[in-house]
Amino acid sequence: MKRSSAINRKRIANYLRKYWTLYLMLSIPLAYFVVFRYIPMTYVQIAFKKYSIVKSPWEMPWADNNGFEYFIKAFRNLDFLYALRNTLLLNFLDLVLGFPAPIILALLLNELPFPRFKRLTQSVAYLPHFLSWIIIAGLAKQLFAPTNGMINIALNRLGFESVPFLNDPVHWVFTYVFLGIWRNVGWNTIIYLAALTNINPELYEASAIDGANRWQNIRYITLPGLRPTIITLLILALGQILSSEFDRPFALTNPLVNSVSQVISIFVYRYGIRGLQFSLTTAVGLFQSLICVIFLMAANALAKRFGERGIW
Amino acid sequence: MVKSRRTKAGDIGIAAICLLLMIICLLPMLNVLARSLSSSQAIIRNEVLLWPKGWNLEAYKFVLTDSKYTWSLAWTAILTVICTFVSMVMTTLCAYPLIYRDLKGRRLFNTLILFTMYFNAGTIPHYLLYKDLGLLNHPLVLIIPNSLSVFYMIIMRTFFYSIPDSLRESAEIDGAGPIRILFSIYLPLSKPVLATLSLFYAVGRWNGFSDALMYMNNRTYHPIQLLLYNILNAITSIEIQTQEGFASAPGLSDTIQAATVMFATVPILLVYPWLQKYFISGATLGALKD
Repeated sequence: MKRSSAINRKRIANYLRKYWTLYLMLSIPLAYFVVFRYIPMTYVQIAFKKYSIVKSPWEMPWADNNGFEYFIKAFRNLDFLYALRNTLLLNFLDLVLGFPAPIILALLLNELPFPRFKRLTQSVAYLPHFLSWIIIAGLAKQLFAPTNGMINIALNRLGFESVPFLNDPVHWVFTYVFLGIWRNVGWNTIIYLAALTNINPELYEASAIDGANRWQNIRYITLPGLRPTIITLLILALGQILSSEFDRPFALTNPLVNSVSQVISIFVYRYGIRGLQFSLTTAVGLFQSLICVIFLMAANALAKRFGERGIW
Repeated sequence: MVKSRRTKAGDIGIAAICLLLMIICLLPMLNVLARSLSSSQAIIRNEVLLWPKGWNLEAYKFVLTDSKYTWSLAWTAILTVICTFVSMVMTTLCAYPLIYRDLKGRRLFNTLILFTMYFNAGTIPHYLLYKDLGLLNHPLVLIIPNSLSVFYMIIMRTFFYSIPDSLRESAEIDGAGPIRILFSIYLPLSKPVLATLSLFYAVGRWNGFSDALMYMNNRTYHPIQLLLYNILNAITSIEIQTQEGFASAPGLSDTIQAATVMFATVPILLVYPWLQKYFISGATLGALKD
């Protein structure tokens, strides 16, 4: 008994001599995760408490209605209800119009028989992904300006009326979605193009012998080859249905379209950081995070039920 | 294999669509470039489409001689370099130990790290934490809180995994410790992924502004994007004057807006062609792992 524990101790000592540097290295990022990711989670309890500037979250008194006071307040707040609707609306349109776009572009690029031209197209299409939303908003403002923007000048010269792309709620929503596609469609093809390289080329050779045309190739070889990737990305996208970007709506909005552009992240910024209603906005943030996790898990479970791999 | 005439026509059709898409990608930038080089009268007269009219560099002179703007450019450049360095160190420190399969506690660490990808405390808890830590309005708030991306860490770790274990084991037999192995084997072999992730972090910092908007009230430390936002949203040149201290001549505002947008875009356009081949491989790597 004694001897084995001595051997054990020696083994542990050896192990530590070999690996203590690894633990030392890892301690820095782990400390980062604890401080900047896990400690904020303890602040989440503010959602159920009356915020007090002098007390720590643990000492603050509970809010009324069994702590759910601020959730009730949020759902009675018209600004929040609008933000909720706008978030769902914009994310839904992004999903319906934006999700298929990179798949279509990847199929196009895959069918393109000129390799150098294909590379050029890819390089150009990836570029907008590297521009910030502020810059894109600046570009859009100039391009879509109602009187002297290029698009409206062109429309006028062709005999059409000017279109208020950014200054009318309905047009703004579609401009918003279009700019999202413009920025990310090229970049998002990378994943699909990588998946396409994994499709066995013998399948195409066999289909050529059978005399299949382009559409049949796409329908029976390429799309089935992309299926797992599409499903994975769809799960992740569904998990994001209630998440809200901040940069994009914040940069693109203007006072004329506030009724559709104020999403949850902007609500939190306006009511929390500018308005100092910390309990209310923490409750809103918690609601949003929880819904996101639930949607992600539900989408994943659904995919697994239909025999797909899922994301975990 | 001889292609039928129909297939060939299809190929050309696809190429035409791709050409059109390229034009759509580049059009806004060309338009704004043309506007920044035009006289403001020509813009008002609706004459500027893709080619500058009434060629002049006034707007650029104007922006370059404004000390607020040049300081902001310099500060953002410094900030970007610091952030990229800190982030790369943090990412390596996190990714490298986790490739040792016999490291005790590895599964626990992995779970702890991955969980943060799916659940986020939200903006306000972070804000209150920074307040308690005294980070609010301190330049470090733009550096530390987002210095490590779990997604990029996974990309780096995947790349490290692709380096054969036998290399590491033979170095261990020769008596090299983990740190020595990192510097003499892993980092030199990982140049493509290091370049890619540095680029991603750098672009993220260069383009980022929401952290500064929320956690930094001191305008001296505002990055270029936030200054740009303020300029673009000042409706008249008079507002630009009062808000950002521009001593603007009236009527210049359209060209100035265009020139400021170009100034913040150009650094990205300059590095983009050189780093392309790296980041595509990096992004593909991240995609395959998923």
